Amino acid sequence: MSEFPAVRPMDELLRLITLQDYNTRVVLLGAAALGAAAGAVGAFAVLRRRALAGDALAHASLPGVCVAFLVLGERSLPILLLGALVFASLGAATLALLRRFTRLKEDAALGVVLAGYFGLGVALLRHIQNSPTGQQAGLETFVFGHAATMVRSDAMLIAIVAIAAAGVLVLLYKELKLLCFDREFSASLGRPVLVLDLALLALIAVVTVVGLPAAGVVLMAALLIIPAAAARFWTQRLGLMLILSAVFGVIAGIVGVGASALVPDLSTGPSITLAAAAIFVISVFLAPQRGMIIAALRRRRLSQRIGVQNLLRDLFELDETAARESVVAPRPWPMAEVALKRARDSDELERSARRALARGLVARDGDHLSLTPQGQHEARRLVRAHRLWELYLIEQARIAPDHVDRDADEIEHLLSEDDLDRLERRLAELGRAELGRAVEGLPVSPHQLRSPAGGAS
Amino acid sequence: MTSLLLASHHPGGLWEILSGLRAHEAWMMLTAAACAVACAVPGCFLLLRRLSMLGDAIAHAILPGLALAFLITGSRDVLPMLIGAAAVGMLTVVLSGGLSRLANVAEDAAMGVVFTTLFALGVLLISKAAENVDLDASCVLYGVIELVPFDTVSVLGLDVPRGLPTLAIVAVVNITLAILFWKELKLTAFDAGLATTMGISAAVVHYGLMGVVAGTAVASFEAVGSVLVIAMLVAPPAAAHLLTDRLGRMVVLSVLLAIVAAVLGFVLALWLETSVAGMMAFVAAVQVAIAALCGPRHGVLAKALRLWALSRRIAREDILGTLYRAQEAATPHPQPPPAATRGLSGRLAWAGLRWRRWVRHEGGGWILTPAAMPHAERIIASHRLWESFLAESLELPPSHLHDPSERTEHFIPPEVEAELRRRFEGRTDPQGKPIP
Repeated sequence: MSEFPAVRPMDELLRLITLQDYNTRVVLLGAAALGAAAGAVGAFAVLRRRALAGDALAHASLPGVCVAFLVLGERSLPILLLGALVFASLGAATLALLRRFTRLKEDAALGVVLAGYFGLGVALLRHIQNSPTGQQAGLETFVFGHAATMVRSDAMLIAIVAIAAAGVLVLLYKELKLLCFDREFSASLGRPVLVLDLALLALIAVVTVVGLPAAGVVLMAALLIIPAAAARFWTQRLGLMLILSAVFGVIAGIVGVGASALVPDLSTGPSITLAAAAIFVISVFLAPQRGMIIAALRRRRLSQRIGVQNLLRDLFELDETAARESVVAPRPWPMAEVALKRARDSDELERSARRALARGLVARDGDHLSLTPQGQHEARRLVRAHRLWELYLIEQARIAPDHVDRDADEIEHLLSEDDLDRLERRLAELGRAELGRAVEGLPVSPHQLRSPAGGAS
Repeated sequence: MTSLLLASHHPGGLWEILSGLRAHEAWMMLTAAACAVACAVPGCFLLLRRLSMLGDAIAHAILPGLALAFLITGSRDVLPMLIGAAAVGMLTVVLSGGLSRLANVAEDAAMGVVFTTLFALGVLLISKAAENVDLDASCVLYGVIELVPFDTVSVLGLDVPRGLPTLAIVAVVNITLAILFWKELKLTAFDAGLATTMGISAAVVHYGLMGVVAGTAVASFEAVGSVLVIAMLVAPPAAAHLLTDRLGRMVVLSVLLAIVAAVLGFVLALWLETSVAGMMAFVAAVQVAIAALCGPRHGVLAKALRLWALSRRIAREDILGTLYRAQEAATPHPQPPPAATRGLSGRLAWAGLRWRRWVRHEGGGWILTPAAMPHAERIIASHRLWESFLAESLELPPSHLHDPSERTEHFIPPEVEAELRRRFEGRTDPQGKPIP
């Protein structure tokens, strides 16, 4: 596969990096341009839920290659690509017609277009290969791709198409953005959504077709989808996503071609795809906002905070109930007593207690816990949030007092001081009795609190 | 090589091919038909779940499974390869499901990322493995159905292609599973929420179906190639979906269509001396196009004909209404009414009325004959009853009564008309004209 004679890897790496080899330069340029174009167009394709359209249209272009070859009788890349483009466009039109006039959904329409056109393509390809001239036509490189055979004119063609695609994207940016995010709204503004959809499909078709000789049918789909899906992890803004996606495409192209030049038997198509996949995997795990590691960490921190806050409120309410019922409470509270307040296992309680201890919110004496003044303050805020929300639910959502505890449990951790003040004012306007009987600004609980077992009289 | 085989036997036309079908070709066709049936049944449920492209994804992802199995065992034994392929097929399902659930990637994008990456890995591994074995990516893609008859096993004393018993068993198993779990498949496809409340685990059904699809794809690829698997998973169910609204009929129809596509595609491929799998896929897609055009309820033609019939009826009723009003006001209509010259439907409606002798030129104008009167009265009654209703119940001003009634008059069902008649019995319309 490799175009290079067997030399030592280091030498080859040096040759590659310094771009001494003309062929490598051409292929790198072509792959980078292809990656940029596919990345940018793919961003819209993915957002429009048309990610697999590239796959279908790439397959649909195969009969075009064959027909062009049959008509021309020889292998001339521009003509073959023209044929491919014609059939990819036919595929896009079929897709749009199936969606518009039949009740087939996107997936089925894509599958039918893919299978029908590709089947025809395979049949034509076999027909050509059976003929004497067809043997050496090498049309099957269109299916699997072979960028190493790229020549200067191919790379230039790809670069020109990339620039043209970028131009169209800039021109239609606002329209396509609206189409992707709210098609109905776009239609209600009088935008020609069908034409825009077709324009997007045409862009996908053009980019797919110029990439075919390099990446092949299946892997062209990868270049459209993977950089865009990766870019989606890093940002919530479309403009930035578009740029990132194009950049990822360029990186995948360059790294893929480089690796393919260095490693024997590594064809460019799979190599570019795997480079893109590596970027995707990095994005899935490491992206700062939507990445899985960050998200997992964030979830963990939240659940830890909730654990500590639950412990604080439990201790506070135990104190409060004991004081009201004037039981001689065994304060500080034994862990076993605290554990009865809600469903959680003893390990979880132990961990929460340790965290609260470390932050100086509780004091610990062997197996017994009590709130520090700082913990008191924090707990008071939580209890206030809990009870105000309970009252609000009773008052506004007409939920029975014995059903509000659970709902308030979930929301109390998320309410801000501002929210609480607003809630309190609103409830005061409505004249809730519990506010009137508030002790030190803290409303009484609208439902029965469990009495501590130790000193129940 | 395959083409040489076929070409040398069949110099003639289509009929010669059919009449001269050799035994090995009949086996080939049977194998393909079994594969088509095996794919079409689970394909129906994929279609209803909007997962048709998953077949495509799984069929592509088989490649690395095969290569891995080969690299690990170092042999071309069938069993490890099947296991490897099925495992990677399921991996595709699990990974793309996980990506869309856990990492919030859109479902189709997740599928696209996973299967293209796996396919790239597969091409890579195969080129590594292919140095010393005949394992070729294009083989997996297009299949070597033409070679099926030469790789035979003996079943009940008959030399049958090795692929046939496998695919026949898969087809029977798939049909049996569909019958056994009919209720579960149906419920989870149409209303997963209801299915869950009835104690059917949507996840179990989902992964079961995916397992069936992966197994079918794996069993088929060696004999017939991925192209045919993808086509038969999507196209016959899609065509059947356009032809009927009932799930049972859809499954049966898709099986029949799959068989027809297999047979027709095969014959065409022999005739044109080309790829059998490719031709079958193409015929299956053409079936979808035909169903989309000619389907009885949802077909484009049927819909267009219904619309055209409706527009002719409306034109006819408008003509009758206009002439009735002219006669009522004793102002004869020297020209045909405007509705009679509006478009092809209008002209046809007018021609129909004249042919039926419902209209006649008399006394310097067009008038309705007695035969037309009951029909004209009905439409005028509909119009005036609706005006009365709008005026009384919706309290619309008189200027706003005519236009909506002009549209609604064509669509008032008899029960509503009877109801309105009872209500406005013996009264005139808002303009004081009698209701016939």
